Amino acid sequence: MDRKEWMGLLARAPADALDRLWRKLDLSPRYSWLRPPEVGGVMVRGRMGGTGAAFNLGEMTVTRCALALDGGAVGHGYVQGRDKRQAEQAAMVDALMQGDLAAHVRAALLEPLAAQVQAARDMRAAKAAATKVEFFTLVRGDD
Amino acid sequence: MYVAVKGGERAIENAHAWLAEERRGDPSVPELSLAQIREQMALAVNRVMAEGSLYDPDLAALAIKQARGDLIEAIFLIRAYRTTLPRFGASLPVETANMRCDRRISATFKDAPGGQVLGPTFDYTHRLLDFKLAAEGEVPAAAKAAAPQSGPVPHITDFLNRDGLIQAEDRHDDTPPDLTREPLEFPANRALRLQSLTRGDEGFVLGMAYSTQRGYARNHAFVGELRIGRVPVEMEIPELGFSIEIGEVELTECETVNQFAGSKTEPAQFTRGYGLVFGQTERKAISMALVDRALRWRELGEDNLGAPAQDEEFVLSHADNIQATGFLEHIKLPHYVDFQSELELVRRLRAEAEAAQQEAAE
Repeated sequence: MDRKEWMGLLARAPADALDRLWRKLDLSPRYSWLRPPEVGGVMVRGRMGGTGAAFNLGEMTVTRCALALDGGAVGHGYVQGRDKRQAEQAAMVDALMQGDLAAHVRAALLEPLAAQVQAARDMRAAKAAATKVEFFTLVRGDD
Repeated sequence: MYVAVKGGERAIENAHAWLAEERRGDPSVPELSLAQIREQMALAVNRVMAEGSLYDPDLAALAIKQARGDLIEAIFLIRAYRTTLPRFGASLPVETANMRCDRRISATFKDAPGGQVLGPTFDYTHRLLDFKLAAEGEVPAAAKAAAPQSGPVPHITDFLNRDGLIQAEDRHDDTPPDLTREPLEFPANRALRLQSLTRGDEGFVLGMAYSTQRGYARNHAFVGELRIGRVPVEMEIPELGFSIEIGEVELTECETVNQFAGSKTEPAQFTRGYGLVFGQTERKAISMALVDRALRWRELGEDNLGAPAQDEEFVLSHADNIQATGFLEHIKLPHYVDFQSELELVRRLRAEAEAAQQEAAE
């Protein structure tokens, strides 16, 4: 899992799932804000016909922040929704992943979180697969 | 003209307090939580997100609660909130080919590669009231297949595209115009039309789409594909120097395949209408695709039949239920000064007419 992947995971993961794993990690590194959490909007774009030119679909809420650990590592948090604590925890994880604790944070937080997100996806995909149909066109009984 | 009036503070305050009480309803009935609305009124939440033009299910649930279930009022609340948000930027265009589909059907190809997946649909239900829902009880678990629906499924139109049977879409990432930043001007390009339609009133867009089916600029639409599912949203982050996923949204996408006999310059081929809407909102997405197709008459070299659905100024100027509500409902606010002058005018005209009549009689 590279930085792009873990930031994406932290952005999408349910806030309570991240919070539970963060608390279990039981770390409280000292840090200072480079940008305290702020809620804003991002304009989501689509493509005409699914493949063509871009158009504006509508906005989504996003919360972002940036912090620096006392050791100097800088972490960025970008998460979907308006949860400032989730953004803070995401930035903290991002910063810790750049230091000595990276392997620990990866094994104790990122990997279980990724597994939870994947399990939820698989569950939906299994339900979708159960609704797969085969339509038959009926041959008319002409002589 | 609306002229400011003074007074009535206490009455207004009392009216709002009563509104809060009525919103709560009978206190012996348990209060709705936002999570209950979000989870159990999901399609109302989806409509509010789509027309409020802001993807945030918790906020939409709050708006629905505050608006006592009046969805246009809820959309109004979301639109008002949206304007207070700083804009962090725009996402990369979402790639719906990568959608993890809950539902994916085609009315044109029964053996669509990737299969037909019904998903959690009202289709094929009997539309009979289910009195079991009136009683509280456990819901039977949904069936799960041993093998999950695997990976992304290709768009159906890709197959037609390969043979040149359908008009191709011109792929580029140029910054599209944004009607939330610049007022809508006519003629509008397709990007603006799609933005306007996706946030337009579901009932209005449905009515316009239906009019094309009934013969007002008929465009012979087939639902080539309808898919509902989640797509990741990716954005370039300047301070990182690369793009990351900032979340994922549920979308409904409808691609129509429409008859096109060809023109002086184009061979006969199929053309497209496109609908893409936040949430599980398939009636809206299909309607959007039909109206999009009708509005494309000029670029496809078709005749303007004078049908309402071909008139972009008519469609786009009236699709927004918040603009419409604002203008419609303002006429119930005090217009005393206006009305006073009208009243005086009518009295004067009547007096003059009466005087004229009397003169003639004498």
